[in-house]
Amino acid sequence: MTDSTTPATRAGAPAGKQLRIGDRAFGSRLIVGTGKYESPETMARCLEASGAEMITVAVRRVKLDASDEESLLHYLDPERVLILPNTAGCATAEEAVRVARLARAAGLSDFVKLEVIGDQRTLYPDVLELIEATRILVEEGFTVLPYTSDDVVVARRLEDAGAAAIMPLASPIGSGLGLLNPLNIRFIMEAVSVPVIVDAGVGTASDAAATMELGVDGILMNTAIAGAREPVKMARAMRLAVEAGRMAFEAGRMEKRRWAAPSSPSEGRVGE
Amino acid sequence: MTKDERAATESIGRHPDIELSVNGESRRAAAGATLGEFLVDHALDPDLVVVERNGEIVPRARFDDLTLDAGDTLEIVHFVGGG
Repeated sequence: MTDSTTPATRAGAPAGKQLRIGDRAFGSRLIVGTGKYESPETMARCLEASGAEMITVAVRRVKLDASDEESLLHYLDPERVLILPNTAGCATAEEAVRVARLARAAGLSDFVKLEVIGDQRTLYPDVLELIEATRILVEEGFTVLPYTSDDVVVARRLEDAGAAAIMPLASPIGSGLGLLNPLNIRFIMEAVSVPVIVDAGVGTASDAAATMELGVDGILMNTAIAGAREPVKMARAMRLAVEAGRMAFEAGRMEKRRWAAPSSPSEGRVGE
Repeated sequence: MTKDERAATESIGRHPDIELSVNGESRRAAAGATLGEFLVDHALDPDLVVVERNGEIVPRARFDDLTLDAGDTLEIVHFVGGG
């Protein structure tokens, strides 16, 4: 996308509303990560199959004198996809702000997936540090997408701090447990006016579809694709599931009934 | 003796070396070397890295005219796979 005000359109992009975050619009509601792939080639094929237009990356120290170390950027086209750097591994607002500034200095965008981890076993966010880091980075002109717990009060605080989207977890990062508390996600959707992107925990296509059926604006995932037996096939499955779930949400599901109701006419049966 | 130490020994009497801290490791560079030269000497593509020097981010456009000083602390980072 060279013109950020033009909605992103791709062949096969779903009809229906675009996902808008900050000053950008995306034709795909699926955001994917680049971690844990067995090879960069497999990763590149998965990104393509997913149809994602926003791709997360991490910021790490280079290895000095490792001339064979290939840059991840050789496999990503910043003209076609938005690179979304994360602050994974940071435990304080200060660290996360530092990493976000380094990421922005790469010159690709002012978007950041803000992650401030407060507990190593669950990878739950330290929401106090997260809110503080959001406030600082928004003041500096960043478009901040915070990874957070599924807590409606924290979501409101993040929106007040200027977050461009709220990204609550479905279940712990890398767990693949799916959406554990749909009610909390609904609370967040009702409480904030910025997009709600469910980030982390989706394990398979039905998780993604069910999450999208709630009406969330998008899903961010990594391990569900990278950790599948056939990652490229799973990337395509996730693309279809996110589209299907969104369409079902827009279409509006039928009401659930307690008893059966025949689909065929009860009149004019043979032998009547 | 490491490659850096050997290079440092060989350079004695020609140009004095300076010691830097780079990504938490001790490194040597020729006195007067620019940041851009240091990156290329360490097989790093200046277009693909971001550098922080003594806590301040160095704009890429300044890599070639920033002369490194003894005792400088550099953080050199790039993008890797992540979620």
